Order: sequence, then structure tokens, then C-alpha cells
Amino acid sequence: MNWTVRLAVNGEPRTLALDDPRVTLLDLLRERLHLTGTKKGCDRGQCGACTVLVDGRRINSCLTLAVSLDGAAITTIEGLAQGDRLHPVQEAFIAHDALQCGFCTPGQIMSAVGLINEGQAGDDPERVREGMSGNLCRCSAYVGIVEAVRDAQATLTDKERAA
Amino acid sequence: MTPELNLSRDPAHLRHGSNIGQPLSRVDGLAKVTGTARYAADNNPPGLLYAVTAVSSIARGRVVALDVDAAKAHPGVVEVMTPANRPALAGDPDGKPNPFAFRFEALQNDRVRYANQPIALVIAESLEAATEGAALLAPRYEAEPARIGLDAGDAYVPPVVGMGFPAESHHGDVEAALAGSDRQITATYETPAHYHNAMEPHAIVAEWQGDKLVIDTPTQGLVMMRGRLAELFGIAPESILIRSPYLGGGFGGKGFIAGPQILGILAAKLVGRPVKLVVRREQLYGPFGHRSPTRQTLRLGADGAGRLSGIHHHARIATSSFEDFYEAAAHVTHTLYAAEAIATTYDAVRMDTGTPLFVRAPGIAPGSIALESAVDEMAEACGLDPLAFRVKNYAEVEPSTGKPFSSKALRECYTQGAERFGWWERPLKARTMRDKDGFLVGWGMGTATFHALMFAGQARAVIRRDGSGVVESGAHDMGQGAWTAFAQIAADSLALELDQVTFKAGTSDLPDAGIAGGSAHTATVGTAIHNAGAAVIAKLAELATSDQRSPLFGAGNAGVIARNGRLLRRDDEGRGESYADILARAGLDQIEGSGSGVPDPAANEQYAMHSHGAVFAEVKVDPDLGQVRVTRMVGAFAAGRIINPKLVNSQLIGGMIWGISLALHEEAVTDRRTGRIMNANLGEYHVPVNADVPAIEAFTVAEHDPFVNPLGIKGVGEIGITGSAGAVANAVAHATGIRVRRFPVRISDLVRSGH
Amino acid sequence: MNRFDYVKPATVAEAIAAAGAPGAAYLASGTNLLDLMKGNVVRPERLVDITHIKELTRIETSGNGDVRIGALVRNADLAYDASFAKDFPAVAEALLSGASAQLRNAATVGGNLLQRTRCAYFYDTASACNKRAPGSGCDARDGENSQHAVLGWSEACIATNPSDFCVPLAAFDAVVEVEGASGRREVALEALHLLTGTTPDRESVLAPGELIVAIRLPAAARAFAKHARYLKVRERNSYAFAVVSAAAGLVLENGSIQQARLALGGVAAKPWRAHEAEALLAGQPAEHGSFERAAEAALREATPSGDNAYKIPLARQLIVRALQAAMQGTPSRMPALPASPFSAVPGALHDA
Repeated sequence: MNWTVRLAVNGEPRTLALDDPRVTLLDLLRERLHLTGTKKGCDRGQCGACTVLVDGRRINSCLTLAVSLDGAAITTIEGLAQGDRLHPVQEAFIAHDALQCGFCTPGQIMSAVGLINEGQAGDDPERVREGMSGNLCRCSAYVGIVEAVRDAQATLTDKERAA
Repeated sequence: MTPELNLSRDPAHLRHGSNIGQPLSRVDGLAKVTGTARYAADNNPPGLLYAVTAVSSIARGRVVALDVDAAKAHPGVVEVMTPANRPALAGDPDGKPNPFAFRFEALQNDRVRYANQPIALVIAESLEAATEGAALLAPRYEAEPARIGLDAGDAYVPPVVGMGFPAESHHGDVEAALAGSDRQITATYETPAHYHNAMEPHAIVAEWQGDKLVIDTPTQGLVMMRGRLAELFGIAPESILIRSPYLGGGFGGKGFIAGPQILGILAAKLVGRPVKLVVRREQLYGPFGHRSPTRQTLRLGADGAGRLSGIHHHARIATSSFEDFYEAAAHVTHTLYAAEAIATTYDAVRMDTGTPLFVRAPGIAPGSIALESAVDEMAEACGLDPLAFRVKNYAEVEPSTGKPFSSKALRECYTQGAERFGWWERPLKARTMRDKDGFLVGWGMGTATFHALMFAGQARAVIRRDGSGVVESGAHDMGQGAWTAFAQIAADSLALELDQVTFKAGTSDLPDAGIAGGSAHTATVGTAIHNAGAAVIAKLAELATSDQRSPLFGAGNAGVIARNGRLLRRDDEGRGESYADILARAGLDQIEGSGSGVPDPAANEQYAMHSHGAVFAEVKVDPDLGQVRVTRMVGAFAAGRIINPKLVNSQLIGGMIWGISLALHEEAVTDRRTGRIMNANLGEYHVPVNADVPAIEAFTVAEHDPFVNPLGIKGVGEIGITGSAGAVANAVAHATGIRVRRFPVRISDLVRSGH
Repeated sequence: MNRFDYVKPATVAEAIAAAGAPGAAYLASGTNLLDLMKGNVVRPERLVDITHIKELTRIETSGNGDVRIGALVRNADLAYDASFAKDFPAVAEALLSGASAQLRNAATVGGNLLQRTRCAYFYDTASACNKRAPGSGCDARDGENSQHAVLGWSEACIATNPSDFCVPLAAFDAVVEVEGASGRREVALEALHLLTGTTPDRESVLAPGELIVAIRLPAAARAFAKHARYLKVRERNSYAFAVVSAAAGLVLENGSIQQARLALGGVAAKPWRAHEAEALLAGQPAEHGSFERAAEAALREATPSGDNAYKIPLARQLIVRALQAAMQGTPSRMPALPASPFSAVPGALHDA
């Protein structure tokens, strides 16, 4: 039996015939759509490496069944930049060296975008730390991550003001 | 040809616009922030099958039954690999062809020697089917009692510890020194098993192309791994290609090939298709090494003025039932504080666990937290400030050997770190500082140290006809910044700008870069690149100076300098020509040189080589509830020449956070009855989260070291942990007046016990 | 993960009909269920995906002032609902102290009520666990049990309920609306979960196939809005389960306690409402001594179930702290570290 799942993945509409309801959103992205930027660190909602946006909200894609997401819009790390123009969060991560091995980085960045969308942290570093605590970084680039998130948020706010 | 232009002595004249020392952003940053950096598990070759291992739930015994039929009956399952049908290996997994070949399990028999050992593997068309297939195997066992814990069996003195240190080392007569001291303390500290827990689980994508083997797997030692695979599979090393352009963290856990990776390769052989095996997080707690638990007893003696007379550091450690690896936890004591007499001793027990192996700052991380705690306890006993006490016992020469240090700017680290932190405001007495809300505040410090090592590595440098350069070495970037730092060294070695040089790394067909570990990779490969660049420049100079048509004719190699893609006459920099012109006239497409990075035995004989640092930590502790938060941390480090201060800063801060983790968070909890790790997951094996890391800064002090290697590099990968863990532990003791000697410090240690 | 039959009903009635099949389980966001399935702790034969039932996603205020939260409202949405957070601040604080932002964005309030224990022996399918495999024994009893229950445990099971959300719900008399094949009924949140007794596999009073459709907070609970806190002690400053947690609410008049509400998390197989302590507080001056007596009463029956005796003084001190924090007043803005003891409470430290 196949399940039809309609998704918009990074803005592109896709209709998928899923042969197995066990497939998580994470495994769908990585193993079936070959969008491997999203990472699997624990597969149990305990590390945040698999963070993507579903309808604009950050979630752990490892704990989400793809079949349940029919009709959803998914944004992954591959869908963040506009052509060659990086998203401000991506730029800020490079500028503040908010990464080392890079494995948690796509999840950190998607989580940061989600955090900024949520609008709850403001520029308070403590709120940013708390809001980014669902993304483990064993290299421990946390200091740079907080700086990058605040910097990117300021950039985005400036852009909104200008717009 | 030995170049007259002795680039290895003084690289400075080569530099123009100096790439080395610049805080450049990571060159691999773009790939990593866009998700295009391809890690091993990101490869999906056509025809790929998925493999999932079933692992043992007992720690010792035999597998007596597996329900292979149930697994095979699951839709999508292609094959089940067990000891009965796994393809033969030419080499023995239990063999020991060299000291760095660690024994592993690849279904060689039905024995189980630790929990989480692979006992079968299921191959399927989908990851979901392979995963469920593995669950359906429902193994049955003949279990034997598990030997777990540091009192698990008869302790014995290991033959050697760490990288070949003696298990018993004496400098002077420590018993006499302790007996004659005015003050003595004895304290026992315990550290638990630690697991690397890199964010990237071990993974392999293996494909046999006839007799050739192509694999994607993260490794900290490409060529060493290739050699081991060649031996195990009975094929030539040249028939194996390993790709490892990015490691999602290593920390020592990806230094050696382990059973699951071999099984992935065997599975590909068994089914004749490419196979991907990604190890599940909980299965990482077993076959890939861990840091041995330790129980360390320190006895310190001091005179009336607070000078250390003797230190005896004893460590009880553990290894596996089938392999020897001994965490050199006590050895840090030989190199750090001046004492007339120093002794280190070890004993060990065998446990039914996977073999402990290298974990970031092996030996020194657990040793340092014990030593720094004990030194603090002694400072307190002497009524001295912890920093004043350390300065009083400053080692001007390496205490145990009497060798001078090749360089040691620790005093500057103490001074500058203390100033930045505001250390001298610290009250001597514990439990006397409060913040405005009444939380206990404590300040602690620790001395950081790590040996400045070099292994052996090779590099090749090429200058092409267009004047651009290519530098190659099979180096490994596990996050430390190899792609960037080596590109910077490569550019300088060829006197080119960064964008004129292509740096290639991360595959096993490149020159052997040795192993990325021991904080030695930058020193080793950096030296090799530096020498390769020098060799190719020397060849170019030879071409030019011996050619009458060149403006450099007759200058002699020593009379030529390289700058910005040109060779110039030293005595008249107005005369020179570009690399491209030299090659064009000689009718060459390119010119190539190679170089190696190896330690200088004479310098190592003469000097003690270590990095140093001073770490200062502030913690807040809830006096009633016992919860701890590190609120501020400053680390000052002296690590020789810094190739890229931006990336080094990240490395040092990362290490310091590992220090927080050792002191307050991480611990593998093993059920002593079964040997199973009960928190083999990232939810309950706590590593710090962002909220655990408030204000933290690291900086380096200037340190010129003319002896470690031509570039003066000492390495920064591990030193950040050392000192930091002790600093946090000491800060907790200062905040609370409670000295916790079993790490990590827990709420149960600090919660107010009364009403 | 085992194979399962997947159905996606559009209405509650369809869902209940679909869940009538043996081995069926409701799938809300799956943050707990999928985790358990990946660990083979549970192996449902059928998943009834209720996430598309629109009627369960609303937050409404009824005529009598009760707030009714649809079972599929996401934890984050409830916590960030300004009006809800203003009226029930301790509930919002508990929600925001749980898990991570990603999990809170997905997890549903109904699912949270049925979150399973984090006992490692429950998760480890090779261990004996009366909750997972009735009659198999309890390996936690003599195992690694520093995080286990100190109240209401039995020889059969010493697991704790890990929910943060349920703790203030228990304190503030939340009601759970349940629908099943035999119709709709209501259960007090406090009566939803069962202590372990001899049947730790029975965790709640729900009958097979019954579905939580809503949670109701009574209008009366608003009385505590100015003096309500949730505090949580943990080994990591975020993204960690509680060692012990406490929800406290007070109604004060001229320095005297008119009403008190108190519940503990991390100490028992259910959120632990401390009725006796509440009764002791009523009519007493809002001061340290009253709080200590209440704490004493709340833990009077506590006994260690293993290597966890420290949890008893910890819980007592946390109660005192939570009551003190409640007395000082609900912060005007959610603390940066929700529920953290370090979310400053000037002067609230016992020995300061």
C-alpha cells in the first residue's frame, strides 16, 4: 500500500507515494529526497541536529512521521539561501565562527531561524541561550552561536525597518 | 637536493601579507552553513542498501540463538549477516599487527565481551526495514556474570600506560619527602567513564568495485585506516579509497576503525551492492572506545611556606577483558608543579566493557581535575590563595626530568588571566561570596597543560604554470579548522595569497598526514606543508638562478626570496620574476616538491615541550537546592604560534566547555549487574547545552617557541579541557565549602541536607 | 520500529472508532510515542493519527470562565498564548521549562498528559520492568535509581512521571475531558494518573480506546495568577528532565494566606498534589515558617526507593522556595530561564 503525501519542500511542491508509514520526515529528506543537509545525530529528539521548519515552526524531524505531514510546507537548510545570497543567519554563523565540525550546524541554523520567527527572545543573550538549548553542539560553539543569532536578528530587524 | 635557502629555520622572510596569524573565517564555512558539506552518511550511491546492526544486551557470554527467519521474513530485508555467513577476513580482528591496531568484533564468533557489541547485521532495501529486521532477531544468550566497576576483579599493574609510559615512575624519594613535610593531604577523586558523543554518529558507505574498495567514513587517520583495511581484507592499500572530507566531530573516537565499520564493508561484499551503515546513537556506547573511569589518590606534602615537597599520584583505571589500553591519568603530575619528589603509580582492572581508548585530552583530562583539586586542597591547607600557591610552585624546568621547557609562558597566562578575571578580589575563605540574590558564588582556577606533540606526516606542493599552487595532504578536519589553517600555511609556504592556492585533504590517496589527534595535527601537517612549499620554492629558485636568461641568475639559492608569487633577489628586490615566467621559460607545466613533518629527536631530547594555560571560573550555586551554574570563565593559554586566532579561540572555548562538562555534567551510568549503560542517549548522558554556558572567553598570550618545530606550533585541541574542569570543581568548593571528589558534581552532593 | 496500520480520521468519532481495534494507539505529534516505538518499548499495531482533527486545536473560554484547551494544542502555543499565560502563569512556566523549543512546538497538551516515564529500565527492553512487561520484575529497584520516586512508590515500580505540565495542572484542579466508545466523561487531572501499586502497567484511569479531547482549567484557578510559580531543579540548566519540581500558587490577603495550591513533580508516578500542605497553609501568615511546615507535611510520607534519599530534603526545600517565589509574586515577564532556581528571586534563599 502507498500513502500519498503532498509536501512543499523548500517551496517546491512534491507529491510523494510513500510505501512505508514508518518513514520519518528526517529519513524522507535524507534517504529518499537526498536532501542530506539535515542531519541525524540521535534520532530521538535529544540533540536538535535534525531541526527543520514545518509551516515556519522549528521541530525535530526525527520524531515526525512523514505520512502525517500531508499538506505541510517544509524548509530545510538547503532552502534558506536565495540563490548565492546567504540568509543572514548563515552569514552570521560564518562571521562569528559559530561552528566547528559543522554537523549540528544546519540544525542550529534552522533552530535560530525558528527562534527569530517566534520573536520571544529579543536581544537578551540569556533568552537566546535558553531558546537554543535544544541544539547540542559537542564542539561547543555555543558562544559564537549566541553571538550569531543576535547579530542575524539585528540584521533582519534592520531589513524589516528598511522595508 | 638540500636547499641552501633554509626555509625551515626562518619562515618569516617568506611571508607577504602573512596568511599565518590571520583570523580568517573558516574556508569550509560556506559548505557547512548551506548543508552542502558532505559527511559520510550523506552519500547515497545508486543501488544502495541499508544495514543495521543488532547489538548485545549482555556484557559477557555467548549468543546462542538469533531468529534469522523472522528478520528475513520482514518485507524489504535482503540478507542477515551472522558469524555463520559473514564473508571471510584475511586479517584477524583479534590480531595485533601493530600497537595501534585495536581488537574489535566483526562477527568472528558467538562470544559477547561487552554490552552493545554487534552480534548480527541486517541488510535491507530501506532503513526502516533494516531497523525492524535487526529488532526481530530477538537474540538469546548464555550469559556469564558481568565484571563492572573499578573493584570488578583483581587489580594488577599494567605493563605500560598511555603511549608507552611506565606504570611506575619515581623522581626522588616521594615517601621521604612526604614524611618530612610540614603539611600533608591525602585525597581520592573519582571520574566516570566518558563517551565521545560526537554529534555525527559513526557511519560508513561501502562499495566494492571489483576488488577495489571505496568507502565514505569519518576518520582521524586516513592512511592508517587504509593500512588496517588492507591487512584485514588482504588487498593492496592502493585498492582502497577512503573519503573523509568532513568529520562531524572526532574527539579521539574516530581514530581507529571499529567493528561496525568493518561489518559495513563485509555487508557490501556479501550482497554485492553498496551498503550504508549509520550507527544508532545508543550503539555508540561500546565498540568505539571511551574514557576509562578512574579512581585517583593524591598525596601531597608541603613545607611551612607552601612549597610542595612531594606528590604521589596513584590511578586505578580499567581496560577491557580482551585488550590493553591504560588511561595515563597520573602523568600530568610529572610536568606541572615543582616538587622535590614525584611518584606516579597505576593499577588496573579488567571490565566487561568495550576497550577504553583515547578521548579528548586522554589521561590529562581526568588527571588534571584530580591534580588541580588536590593542589587547591593543599593551598587551602597552607592558607594560601590558590593562584599564589601555584606560582610559588611554578616549575622552571620540567619537574620529573629536569629538562628546560622549549617555551613556557605560563606565568604570563596566570598574570593576564587573573587580571582579566579579577581574581585578586577573591576572598580566601570558602562560602563567603554571595550575589545580590543570595546565591553562593565561588571562584576557582586550574592550570592547563598539554604536551606539544608531533607525529609523522607528509605533504606535496605544486606550483603550476599559471603561477598558482596546489598543496595536498591527507589531513583531517574534524572541526578544528584543518581546511583553513593548512590552507593558510600552504599559501605562506608558497608565498602566495590564499585564493591562489588549492588545498586538498580528506582522502586516503593523498600524502599520509598521520593521525589527527594528540593536538599534533597542525604541528605535524603544518610542518610537512611548510617543508613541501620550501622544497618547491627551492626547486624553482634552482631553475632561475642557474638560468642565464633569468634576472636571478647567479644569485644562488640563499640570495633569493619568494614573495607574492615571485622570486626576488635578496640584495636587490627590484630584480625578480614570477613563478609563471620561470616555469614557462623552463618549458615546465608544473614543479613539485614534497615535505614531511616529523619531530626533531635532538630537540625532544633536550627540551620538555608543553602548552600551558590558566583557567579561572566563577560558579553560582543554589545553597538550598544544589543546582550549579557556571557564570563566567576566562582562559589564558600559551600554545606557541597561533595559525588562526579566530579558529583557535573556538577550539579553546570548546575545550573549556568540555571542562565544564567533566566537572558538572557528563557521566556514563552503568548497571553493575548487567554491564549495560543505562543512559546511552543524549537525553540522559548530559553534555552541556547552550544555557549551561554563559560568559566565557579565551585568549592566547604570545609565546615564541624555536624548538618544537619550524613554525613554532604547539597545538590547542585538547588543552582547553585541562585546567578548566579543575577550575570549575574548585569554584564549586569555594562557593559551597563542600569539596566534592566524585565527578561530575551532582545536585545530591550539594543539596542542603537539613531542614 | 514495527510495521503498523496507519489511519487518519477527520473527526473524534472516527478516531474513537478506529482506535477500537486491538493494539491501536493514538498518534498526536509523536514526540514521545515515536521515541518509544524506535526503542521497541511499545509496538502498536495500528496508529490512529489524530493530528488532523481540527476541533481539538482550539483554546476557548467558556461562559463560566473555565478555559478549555483542545488536546491537540501545541505546548508552545499554549505557553505563548498571552491571555492564557497571564491567567495561568505557572502552567505556562512549566510548559516552557520542558524539553526544547522544537519539542514544545510539536508536542501536544493531550499527549503530554500521557507521557511515559523516563525510567531507564522501562526504556531498556532487556531489563525487567513491571510497567512495560507486567510480572517481569523491577530492575530499577536495586539498580541505578538516583532519579526515582520517593512518594507513592511500590515494590513493583519506583518510576516517576516526567511531565512538567501536569504538575501545575494538578495543583490548579485541571479537569480532563475524555471521550470513548461509551461517550464523554470528565476526570480530575489529579485522578487521571494512577500510583504504581501492583499494576504499574496501568498508568491512568483511561479505558482502552479512550481519547483525551481537552483539558479544562477552572475559572477559580485565576485567583492564583498573581502568585504562582513553577520551579524545576535539574542537572543541566535547560533541556533536562526534573530531578524534582514544584508548582505553587497562593491567594494572599494582608500577608495572610487565603488559599494555597501545591504540587510536586519528579517524586512519584503521578504529579503529586500536596493537599495536607495546602490545608496547613490556609489561614497562616505568608512567611518562611508556614512554608517550612507545609514542606514538612508534604514530604512526611516520603521514603527513598533507592539511592535517592537526597530528593526528600531537596523536595522540601524546593517547596519552600516555590512558595516563597509565589509569595513574592508572578514575574511580570516569563523568566529568561523558565522555572530555573536561578530565575532570580531576591531574598528567597533559605540561608541567605
